Parts: sequence; structure tokens; C-alpha cells
Amino acid sequence: MNMIQAERVVYEYARYDDEGNVAEMKRAVDGVDLNIQKGDFVAILGHNGSGKSTLAKHLNAILLPREGTVWVDGKDTKDESKLWEIRQSAGMVFQNPDNQIIGTIVEEDVGFGPENMGVPTPEIWERVEESLQAVNMLKYRHHSPNKLSGGQKQRVAIAGVVAMHPQCIVLDEPTAMLDPNGRKEVIRAVRALNQVEDITVILITHYMEEVIHADRVIVMDQGRIVMQGTPRQVFSRVEELKAYRLDVPQATLLAYELRQAGLPLPEGILSREELVEELCRLKQNI
Amino acid sequence: MIKDITLGQYYPADSVLHKLDPRVKLVATLVFIASLFLVKSWVGYGAATLFLVLVIRLSRVPFSFMVRGLRAIIMLLMITVVFNLFLTPGERVLVRFWKLTITDEGLRTAMFMAVRLIYLIIGSSVMTLTTTPNDLTDGMERLMGPLKKLRVPVHEVAMMMSIALRFIPILMEETDKIMKAQIARGADFESGNLIQKAKSLVPLLVPLFISAFRRANDLAMAMEARCYHGGEGRTKMKPLYYEGRDYRAYAALLLYLAVIIGIRVLGNYVRIL
Repeated sequence: MNMIQAERVVYEYARYDDEGNVAEMKRAVDGVDLNIQKGDFVAILGHNGSGKSTLAKHLNAILLPREGTVWVDGKDTKDESKLWEIRQSAGMVFQNPDNQIIGTIVEEDVGFGPENMGVPTPEIWERVEESLQAVNMLKYRHHSPNKLSGGQKQRVAIAGVVAMHPQCIVLDEPTAMLDPNGRKEVIRAVRALNQVEDITVILITHYMEEVIHADRVIVMDQGRIVMQGTPRQVFSRVEELKAYRLDVPQATLLAYELRQAGLPLPEGILSREELVEELCRLKQNI
Repeated sequence: MIKDITLGQYYPADSVLHKLDPRVKLVATLVFIASLFLVKSWVGYGAATLFLVLVIRLSRVPFSFMVRGLRAIIMLLMITVVFNLFLTPGERVLVRFWKLTITDEGLRTAMFMAVRLIYLIIGSSVMTLTTTPNDLTDGMERLMGPLKKLRVPVHEVAMMMSIALRFIPILMEETDKIMKAQIARGADFESGNLIQKAKSLVPLLVPLFISAFRRANDLAMAMEARCYHGGEGRTKMKPLYYEGRDYRAYAALLLYLAVIIGIRVLGNYVRIL
């Protein structure tokens, strides 16, 4: 069974005019099919308003599809009796770290999810310790979240989800409000969760550098999935990405421009290291 | 930094009083306040003073912190004393000048009232200085537990209080940011009379409210995503358990209450009490 399966999902919301009448219905998600296997690291890309966040909120039943169906771990998200099971198996991390931390002390916030699930007290403590360890924040357990940096807060939020022992974590632009260092910390923590704990990760972002480690990249535009494949496959289509108003990683862009200028570089270069290697090889051949 | 302010007035120290269950401290404060209104004689106040001094010594909080709370009520204190001093009718007149008289009764009531108010503030300061705001809300939730049967949303109120505690520093920081942004665009928060000052707050409050609502919306979603569905079937990471010292504290409290009631009852028979 797939971890997450979506079939022809449609979600629309009404836009109101000044008098409060429905002016138009806007389709935020328009017939999306999605299959995500257990243990995958999937990145969803798209510029603002492409419907990627709306889609993410369907993956743990915060929003319900107007048409079509979403299954999380084989459970239909429309089934209200399974709501809490679904939210437990698909955890969600949001954009603003301040607005998702409930506790006034780091460890209490991480314990919030397990408390809600009715986990016995000694086990809560175990889970809190484990998950703070997993995001490398154990030494801050007695701190107030207000005194942490953005990257640290976001890692606490991730720990709070991990403590619920989810099979899948959906991260909705977790790095959008962070500085470059914070972004690196968070992405490192997410990758570790995927590789060490074997948690399925769905990362929604518009920073290209963050998706090069994903198993699969999905590009969305106007509520539809428009491109899909491994990072290498997707990033080799530079012209198409530009048409969707997306940037490509710097190294990829440089390689693309060099190839346009006539250098025989291979397609789909993702990182600076790869580019350097290829350029050195070229130089030796000359 | 605004971020660093501690809420309430918790004074961290390693004392028996800090370790006590917040429920004990809440009950003790209530009992102490009630006892202040029970006593009617100097001996009774002596007992209350002894108890208070003992508790302050145990708390290991510097005495100057206790007195800080008194500043807020100094006006109230003066008014109470002055009114009681001059306006209480009595048989034995001590001083008389112009139209004012001070009677034996008046002096007595004024002093009792002053001591009562001062002890009341110090007594509750001892509680807030030795208990973190979080422990206080936890304690209140547990103490009010029986009210759940009367459909009082005890858990929800406690949850709201702890969320408010978490967000007050964040919103204060935000206020600071908005204020600076408005000042940079020429807003003036300083000059003018009271009405003008109040008016100038509007461009500060509107964005603050909008952002607070947005935060509330985000937070509600984040809480739901983490399976929050009210107090039903919820376990506690840090449940409150009474330990040996808590029972001993209750025993001491009971002893104190017994002494106070004893003095009050005996006072009816023995002149000097």
C-alpha cells in the first residue's frame, strides 16, 4: 500500500467581492493524482499560488477535497472516525515557527502531541528525549522557545511531530522564514529523519537547493502537477522550469548556460562539486 | 531585550517552597488570606507574622522582592489608613485638633487594616515568586477539576492561559516592531494630550490585532494537526503528584489555621487575646 495516494483531487475556494457575495470560485488544486511510497523523500515545487500548500493540507485532513479522494496509509481522509489516526500518521510542520509552538518550554512543546494522543506519562518522556535527540536539540530541552533562533525553533517543531511517531511528515515551506544557516540546519534534520528513521518526507518549498537530495521532485503550477521525476531529470529541463517561474540551482544554471555556449557538459548537473568535477575533466581532455 | 523578560515575577531559587506542588501553594495562599480576616487581636497578628516570616525564610527569596509588590498599593494603603484613623468613632479620644479626632478605636482599626493589606500582598507575592506561571495554571486546572461537572470549561481556560503566557512576549516584540515601523514613517506616539496620544495608538493596534488573529488561526491549525481535541482522553507529560513534603506542608497549614481559629475563639473569653 502507498503511504499517500491521491486521485483526481480538486479543491476550490470562493473569492468574495466587497458586498460579501461569491465573486468567483478559484480552483487551488485541480485534478491532482499523487502516489507516494513509504520511505520516500518527495519535494513539491511551485511558485506562490501554485496550490502546493493547499495540496499539503489535504495530506493530513486539515482540508478535505471537494472532488476526488486522498488516502493516508490506506485511510480515506473523509472518514471522520479515523481523523486522529490520520493526523498521527501524517504529521505536519508549518511555515512560521512561532505560530506552531504551543509550550512555554521546549520539552513541554515536544510533549504536546503525545499528550493529546493519550500516551502514558513515562512513554511521553522517552519520546520527547528521542525526538529532541533526532533533531539535535536535546541540550535546549529546558529553554524557552522565545530565546531560540528560527532554525532551532523549526527543529523543535519537527521534534514535536516526530514525537507522535508518524510514518510521514509533511513540511509546508519550513524554511521560508529562516536565514541560510537555519535553512541548512532544518534540511539536515529532515534528511536525517528520512534516512535514519525511515520516515516518509514530503517537503514543500521554493528553494531549489533543498530539493536536490529528494528521491522525486514534483512541480506544480496553477493547481496541476506539470513536471515529475528525479531532481536530475527535472533540472535538466531548465527552459520549462523558467516558464513556470522557478529558479534552478545555481550550479545547474551555470552548467546550462555553458552548454548553450558550446561546452560539452552533461545534462542534469545538480551541485557545485559535480560541476567542478566535470569542468576539470573537460580541461584534462583539452 | 524584550525577549528576556520573565512573566509574572518568578524568582528562581532552590528551596522547599519552590519544590512544593503548586496546588499546596494555591491553597495555602487562600488559607493565609482568609486567616488575615479571621484575626482580630494583636496576638492573632503575631501568629500570622510568625507564619509569614517562617515561610519567607523558607523561600530563600530576598525580602526586597517581596516588598516590591507593595509599591502598587501604596496609595490605597495611605487612603485606608487615613480614613480609618480619623473617621472611626470611639469612646476614648486620644488626640483632638481642629475638627479631626483620633480615637483609640480608630488607631486600632487603621493599624489592623494596614497590616492586613501588607500581609495580603506579601503573602500572594510569596506564591508568585516561588511558582512558575506554568505550574500555576497547572495547579489551578487541577484544583478547579471538580467544576468540570458543572460544565465549567476548566481545561480550556487553563489552556488559554498557558497559550497567552507563551504569546505575550511574542506580541510585545511585535508591538515594538510595528511601533518602530510607524515611527520611521513619521508617526508620533509621544506628544499631545491624553486624547491625542490615545488616537495615535490606532495605527499601532490595528496591525497588531490583525497579526494576532492570523497567529491564532495558524496556531489553531498547528494544534489540530498535532491531534489536539480538548481535554478529553489527554495524558500529562508532567502530572502533579503529592509527595511527602506536600502532605507535611498541608499539616503545617492546618496547624496554623487551628492556631488562628483557637486565638479567635479564646479571644471571646480572655480579655487580653
